[in-house]
Amino acid sequence: MSETNETLKQTPLYALHLELGGKLVPFAGYAMPVQYPTGILKEHLHTREKAGLFDVSHMGQAFLSGTDPARALESLTPADLTGLPEGMQRYGLLLNDTGGIKDDFMTTRLKGEPALYLVVNAATKDGDFAYMGEKLKGAADLKTQPQRALLALQGPMAADVLERVSPGISSLTFMQAVRANVAGAHAIVSRTGYTGEDGFEISLDGKDAERVARTLLGDDRVLPIGLGARDSLRLEAGLCLYGHDMDENTDPVEANLTWSMGKRRKEARDFPGSGRIIEHLLNGAGKKRVGIRPEGRAPAREGTEIADKSGRVVGHVTSGGFGPSLNAPVAMGYVENQFSAPGTRLDLLVRGKAMPAEVVAMPFVPNRYKRASK
Amino acid sequence: MSETRFTDQHEWVRLDGDEATIGITRHAAEQLGDVVFVELPQAGRKVGAGAEAAVVESVKAASEVYAPVGGEVTEANAALEAEPAKVNEDPEGAGWFFKLKVGDRGEFAKLMDEAAYREFVKGL
Repeated sequence: MSETNETLKQTPLYALHLELGGKLVPFAGYAMPVQYPTGILKEHLHTREKAGLFDVSHMGQAFLSGTDPARALESLTPADLTGLPEGMQRYGLLLNDTGGIKDDFMTTRLKGEPALYLVVNAATKDGDFAYMGEKLKGAADLKTQPQRALLALQGPMAADVLERVSPGISSLTFMQAVRANVAGAHAIVSRTGYTGEDGFEISLDGKDAERVARTLLGDDRVLPIGLGARDSLRLEAGLCLYGHDMDENTDPVEANLTWSMGKRRKEARDFPGSGRIIEHLLNGAGKKRVGIRPEGRAPAREGTEIADKSGRVVGHVTSGGFGPSLNAPVAMGYVENQFSAPGTRLDLLVRGKAMPAEVVAMPFVPNRYKRASK
Repeated sequence: MSETRFTDQHEWVRLDGDEATIGITRHAAEQLGDVVFVELPQAGRKVGAGAEAAVVESVKAASEVYAPVGGEVTEANAALEAEPAKVNEDPEGAGWFFKLKVGDRGEFAKLMDEAAYREFVKGL
């Protein structure tokens, strides 16, 4: 392991991961903990029950400034960014010229700040930033923030834990974001995450990351959680993993992410690939991302073929595994449109055998976001 | 007297007369992490040495379990279907996978003994 790690990048929490007994594996060019001695199953359940701390410093952070960075960035995404209120974060899809998905990302408009704060995926960050820099040249200025770390504190007790070291922070609601002092460090805190639970993401300077992480881990309700449980948590929450559940060959309609497209944007049709995407919106695409519950206990992994009851292959699994909170296998994948309705019976071809399964609505485990009351 | 031997794929096999009991080693169970599903061979199935005989799945991934020696499956550990976690709790005991009636005992003699397997794991 030491040999492979030498060529891998390290986050500011690398030494802490080792100290905590993290099992480090290569991920997106970084040595990242896939699990700690607690183990994926218990880490997953602990996050749903109490609170888990994740190092997601490998993700890409940047600020986008300029005369109107939101309008500029809208040329690359169908998300409504000019309409993003101050103090709010929004999910969006970064599209290539033909409307294929290059990545998914978060945009935050902090109160009183003209620049937008962006977070993109680790594996795609170099490509994303190069693409944004080139496409937005002259219209907006992208400043990547490689010195920043990113921590995620997730779970039903996350708000109580964070409130202790950042008084007032628990007044944030889902998708709100603010600059705040966290255990003495300047941070950007958003009430969001990738687990389906209530929780926060905390962006801070890399030099403060270990101290803040240790402070949070000092609360006995918090355990460090690795990428393994992060994956099973997000899968149960029905959240996409870029490069698996969508890629440049899928568009927002096929990926079943049309909710991330702004109403105004759909009407204006002013985003890349809008011809194809609007056509798919109106008349349906050939395929669609769905949730799948296999019967029995055998997980159906990524790449598993999905067949209709006559044995014809009608799709494939893009994420699949075991859902610890459901104590059952779960999967998501793409099927031909006519098989995408919840309740549709299909077969998963696992090791040459047809395993019965059913298309279901997602999330598999109900979200527990702290939404603003209306 | 029974004797236990090991493969470089991290299976163990315990031979009692011509009955072999097969499972995965503690090292393998630790590497896999929490086992959530085990697929076992049916009694009566004939497997050759090195053939894929079972599947073990953790939260993260699926792995094949190979028959260290050839023979006819006489019994699978049905308890693992309801309680796959037994593989983590007691991999070289209650977490056994299946039993075989061994054909060629010479295949067994070629496998690593415990000391050799420990050395092998150390070198990984």
